[in-house]
Amino acid sequence: MKSNKSIFASVPYLIWMAIFILVPLGMVLVFAFTSREGGFTFDNILGIGKYARVFLKSINLSVIATLICLVLAFPIAYMMSKMSEVAQRTVLMLLMLPMWMSFLLRTYAWMTLLEREGLINKFLGLFGIGPFTMINTQGAVVLGMVYNFLPFMIMPLHSIMVKIDKSVIEAAQDLGANGFHVLVRVLIPLSLPGIITGITMVFVPSVSTFIISRMLGGGKNILIGDLIEQQFLGSVYNPNVGSAMSLVLMVIILIIMGIINHFDDEEMEGMLI
Amino acid sequence: MRKTRWGSKLYMGLIFAFLYAPILVLIVFSFNESKSRALFTGFTFKWYEQLFQNELIMTSLFNSLLMALCSSLIAVIMGTMAAVGINRMGKKSKAAIMNVTYLPVLNPEIVTGISMMLLFVWFKNVFQIPLGFGTVLIAHVTFCLPYVILNVLPKFRQMDQNLFEAALDLGCTPLQAFFKVVIPQIMPGIVSGFMMAFTFSLDDFVVTYFTAGNGFQMLPTTIYSMVRKKVNPQINALSTIIFLIVLALLIVMNVVEAKRAKKVEKPL
Amino acid sequence: MKKLLAVLLTAALAMGTMTGCGSNGGEGDKPTLNVYNWGEYISDGTDGTLDTIAAFEEEFGVNVQYDMFSTNEEMYTKLKSGSVSYDVIIPSDYMISRMIKEDMLEKLNMENIPNSQYVMDQFKTPDYDPTGEYSVPYTWGTVGLIYNTTMVEEIPDSWDALWDERYKDNILMFSNSRDAFGIAEKLLGYSQNTTDEAEIRACADLLKQQKDVLQTYVMDEIFDKMEIGEAAVAPYYAGDAVTMISENPDLGFVVPKEGSNVFIDAMCIPKGSPNKELAEQFINFMCETEIGVANIEKICYSTPLTNVYDALPDETKNNPIIYPSDEVLANCESFVNLPDETNLLIQDLWNEIIAE
Repeated sequence: MKSNKSIFASVPYLIWMAIFILVPLGMVLVFAFTSREGGFTFDNILGIGKYARVFLKSINLSVIATLICLVLAFPIAYMMSKMSEVAQRTVLMLLMLPMWMSFLLRTYAWMTLLEREGLINKFLGLFGIGPFTMINTQGAVVLGMVYNFLPFMIMPLHSIMVKIDKSVIEAAQDLGANGFHVLVRVLIPLSLPGIITGITMVFVPSVSTFIISRMLGGGKNILIGDLIEQQFLGSVYNPNVGSAMSLVLMVIILIIMGIINHFDDEEMEGMLI
Repeated sequence: MRKTRWGSKLYMGLIFAFLYAPILVLIVFSFNESKSRALFTGFTFKWYEQLFQNELIMTSLFNSLLMALCSSLIAVIMGTMAAVGINRMGKKSKAAIMNVTYLPVLNPEIVTGISMMLLFVWFKNVFQIPLGFGTVLIAHVTFCLPYVILNVLPKFRQMDQNLFEAALDLGCTPLQAFFKVVIPQIMPGIVSGFMMAFTFSLDDFVVTYFTAGNGFQMLPTTIYSMVRKKVNPQINALSTIIFLIVLALLIVMNVVEAKRAKKVEKPL
Repeated sequence: MKKLLAVLLTAALAMGTMTGCGSNGGEGDKPTLNVYNWGEYISDGTDGTLDTIAAFEEEFGVNVQYDMFSTNEEMYTKLKSGSVSYDVIIPSDYMISRMIKEDMLEKLNMENIPNSQYVMDQFKTPDYDPTGEYSVPYTWGTVGLIYNTTMVEEIPDSWDALWDERYKDNILMFSNSRDAFGIAEKLLGYSQNTTDEAEIRACADLLKQQKDVLQTYVMDEIFDKMEIGEAAVAPYYAGDAVTMISENPDLGFVVPKEGSNVFIDAMCIPKGSPNKELAEQFINFMCETEIGVANIEKICYSTPLTNVYDALPDETKNNPIIYPSDEVLANCESFVNLPDETNLLIQDLWNEIIAE
């Protein structure tokens, strides 16, 4: 394979990506700086300030959801890494399985569970507790995010933890480190690439969702994804403002990812799997 | 020690209860006599019977499966070819290309969706190509490609680079050597790339929603139009069937693989 | 892994061919008519009703691709974005006049729609389509308050029930700007067609205040929520209220004392429809007595057609929600299309309201 001819095998892919990734993103850029009449303008971008609260709320809720996912997933991934190979495969399978059911339907089922007349309140009512207001709250939106994206946190954590040499942990324990020290000094640093991938895979879909907030959040928890969707296919026709919002969202995500990736210089390649 | 085992089992049980609670709700309500999603009024199989008569759901299912198959096949072929080339590239051009490759992975789905919608609407205005199967296929291939490449590329690195040359020395043409030596080596990457692409394509709602136009229904978009009103329990029935099929397949695969693993171990 | 893949593929293909035979068989070269209508707005064969779309498909030997929208604005956005193309659409009055103005509609050839003779006189040359060349009315109705008698303290008679602290988190609101502003305008005593910027801004402030007590914004989702008692009070269209009351007898409907909106939804053909003649035949078919009655009985809206009205059972004709008294109607206003700058203002303010 010394001949460099094989490089040409990637040409179709390169052309494809240029047309279907770079050109569309370029169009978003152009639309964001175009006025309704077609001239160049900064108004769309400058007008984003009006929606700062929606941006902040989206970031806030998705950061909370990401942290909860991390805390919930870390022990699971660690336990899995200590299991037999067959058991690991079984647990992984059980994690993947829900994804074969439409996430729209699963989120809809959460509505049935959380509603005032919903199943949880009905169940608690049997014991004379409640009813509680659970749906249409920020908590419900966070729950929806955690529910939908938790497997995306567990899987990269697990794939990095199986690679950790367990004798390192034993060595640390032999040297007198207690459980907390092993966690902070050994386990977390060694699983950092997995943590970063997991954070990315939970944060990005959370911060940009419009389904979860629409179904579980009610009218007070509109997120940035809802606003963008409204500008393109919803009740407000304004692709220019929508593009500007998308652009700002992308920049925010890039900045946050940049900060997180700063902790780890290693290539992400292969970690997504 | 035993105590912690119990603790971890309980913890894992709780997490899985959380993950499967809504699925249980869906399955239970697929047998509900009435259309209500809050009250269970009686047991029935009627939604399962009606499901197969529902043209909209059946067409959507067919379209979704067809789409997943086509887009993941195209993505696998193009992605593997791309990996062959990228693997041979210099460090700088490789880094540049990988950055673009990561874009659809890191970009929020909604941005991918609206950006492609802008492009396709422009196509429509200029070339009179309506949105539909073709545009959704392009969109799905685009977001599946990175996963194929990210699965296949590491396999090239793990491969013994001399194998290919050995095959050439033994008289293979480069193409023969590629199909007989290289492909079997990177097959696990291709297969897992295909699996991921297939799953993502089947489950994708957001990108499909923005690029499908009208007149082309896929399962997630059909379900979306339903969850905005009342969900037809037939959809619950369909999900239950899909769930059980996949569950059965996975169990069979697991058992088979576990058995094979044992057989390999024994002679040692 | 490899085997799993093979099995999945075979399963996928098998299911594909199975369903493929069922759904695609015989559809071959038939022309396809793309219809875009409101959700829950036609007799579709559920609950033993007549499937009017299937009846049309059979009679004319065509396929109908039937899609649904939930607000006029959504329909307009999709058509305007160019991502969709339809042969028949059913928007409301003000949207029709906007689309006429923006040259988005085809003139209808009434020779292909003989049933348009049955249109009641008062609907023949409406304000939104002064020459009556672009549309054939489908339904009309009023907007009012739907309430759950088990959850409200007294029967509401004013739009201010939607701002009532006592029903905090149990109030639903229209998720489309025109209807939402219309309610605020009535409550503040303005015209629903005001173009006065100060008045419109005052309405926007009122709608922002409402967010404190609001559960969520809805359109079609309202059926589900009101029927199972998830909300106490909500504004919606009279016909749908009748449907909801039949599902949940605890519900009631009132047109508030401040007055309300009376709307007409009509069938139109968007510019560029490739099947214009077939689309006209579809419109005509929807005005057939039997088909019209089936649709109207199913969706419970009021009919603008004499032939359909005459064939309705007395129970429907005498339902005060569907056919309100002249007194109630005198207190109702129709939407007209607003000037561009007003539409833009409302659109921007609506963005701010939902983002609040």
